[in-house]
Amino acid sequence: MKFDLTRRRFLIGSGVAATGLLTGCDALVENASVNDVLQKAESLSMGAQRLLMSHQPLAREYTEADLSPVFKANGTTQPDSEDYARLMESNFADWKLVVNGMVQTPLELSLADLKAMPSRTQITRHDCVEGWSAIGKWKGVPLGLVLQKAGIAPGARYAVFHCADDYEPSLDGSGRYYESIDLVDAWHPQTILSYNMNGKDLEVSHGAPLRLRVERQLGYKHAKYVMRIELVDSFKNLAGGKGGFWEDRGYEWYAGI
Amino acid sequence: MTSVTTGTSDTEMSKPKKVLFYRHSAAVRITHWLNVLCLSFLLMSGLQIFNAHPHLYWGQYGADALPDPSFISIGAFRDGDTIKGVTRIGALAIDTTGVLGASKEDGELSPRAFPSWITIPSYQDLATGRRWHFFFAWFFVINGLVYLLYGSIAGHFRRDLVPTRDQLTPTHLAHEISEHARLRFPKGEEARHYNSLQKLAYVGVIFILLPLMVLTGLTMSPGFNSIFPWLLDVFGGRQSARTIHFIAASLLVAFVIVHIAMVLVSGVWNNLRSMITGYYVLKIGQEKEMPK
Repeated sequence: MKFDLTRRRFLIGSGVAATGLLTGCDALVENASVNDVLQKAESLSMGAQRLLMSHQPLAREYTEADLSPVFKANGTTQPDSEDYARLMESNFADWKLVVNGMVQTPLELSLADLKAMPSRTQITRHDCVEGWSAIGKWKGVPLGLVLQKAGIAPGARYAVFHCADDYEPSLDGSGRYYESIDLVDAWHPQTILSYNMNGKDLEVSHGAPLRLRVERQLGYKHAKYVMRIELVDSFKNLAGGKGGFWEDRGYEWYAGI
Repeated sequence: MTSVTTGTSDTEMSKPKKVLFYRHSAAVRITHWLNVLCLSFLLMSGLQIFNAHPHLYWGQYGADALPDPSFISIGAFRDGDTIKGVTRIGALAIDTTGVLGASKEDGELSPRAFPSWITIPSYQDLATGRRWHFFFAWFFVINGLVYLLYGSIAGHFRRDLVPTRDQLTPTHLAHEISEHARLRFPKGEEARHYNSLQKLAYVGVIFILLPLMVLTGLTMSPGFNSIFPWLLDVFGGRQSARTIHFIAASLLVAFVIVHIAMVLVSGVWNNLRSMITGYYVLKIGQEKEMPK
């Protein structure tokens, strides 16, 4: 039997096969039950890391010599609301950090109040989910001290950081940046609310006046332009319900990997 | 090594005896095919992740700031009405339009490091790429541990993979290389065992490349860095680990290409049958005399 496989037929055949495979892969990607199964690995990663982290080790700290010559500013580089413009004009003298939600004493802290509290300085590596890294020196007040001042109410499980920037312009506010961490990371000694970077007041492009540093997780957890910290027991009443701007858009809530 | 030769005038010589021999245990066969599945998805989702930042650096840090500190970079730039894909390795820049840097997506030339036919999903979606990558990373690690446990307990490594002293002599290796280059493979009794090039390739992949993939992958995790910070020192930093991860993945792809080519030219059905059912057909009485 003669098997007539011309080059043309072969090309058409493999083209059809490749397209079929591609569409097949994309169909799998978009299948909800496939997604559910794949997402199981996320809790496995978090469970495994938390088990190995039970002694709360510190993230690697570097020296001045290791600082990145240029620290890439990512995400929003300047919130474009009028409120933020006003705050910027007065050099954040009128800015107040609100701490509320499931706390015993809601707080309003000025930048001066925060700077008067004990501080921690750390030279750490910032890892973006995209793959790049930059090393910077951060000074700020440990989040734990602020939470201690407010007093956490029973049942609170997460600290949510509400930001000033609309990362995705929207009418209903669903494009407003926010992030959340659990109390394990909130109490970690390297988790700080930073107002100073590389020895200078935090620049607008890096989240002035205040940004979160949560050193054992990826960059998108490090919320910039923090306006309010809310203690909650679940994410269900927040935007997309997944605990963060990028989480609502498919990224993992636990970003230690 | 002895070569079995029967009388040359024997009539049996023209009609070699077929012997079925049990070459691959069920554990090896199952873990092999699961590994194929895992590595395929890991590669495709890995390239999706790479596409989010197609630059590689050496050291602790590295980002697309100016001056560009990367030493490997796959990018695109506008050239009049069209775009061009450029792959840069050090000072060497190569036009790779159509494949790397810029390729067709939905029929339109778009800027993307690796083309859509090799990434999962086909379109740019880092979050999904990561979800697939980490799922199959777990699957791969568990499957690999089962294989390592089986291989050491059942004697598979000692019996089948560790080269014998005779196989490692320079004359023997030189002989095997020249035989391979002529696409002449061991037949008959000789084919009961892996040849030394096969053994060295498998040992290199199983005990060096694949563990390197897992360790460099873990070194990119900021959480894992706090647990085992010494990994950062072993690989020279997170960005070095990312680069090694990419290079080791490329070597794995090269291995798979050679592996498949060898499967095809050394008796594809016999090879496939043995990795599916376990049984390999030996044609006894057909081997030629091997030079000592």
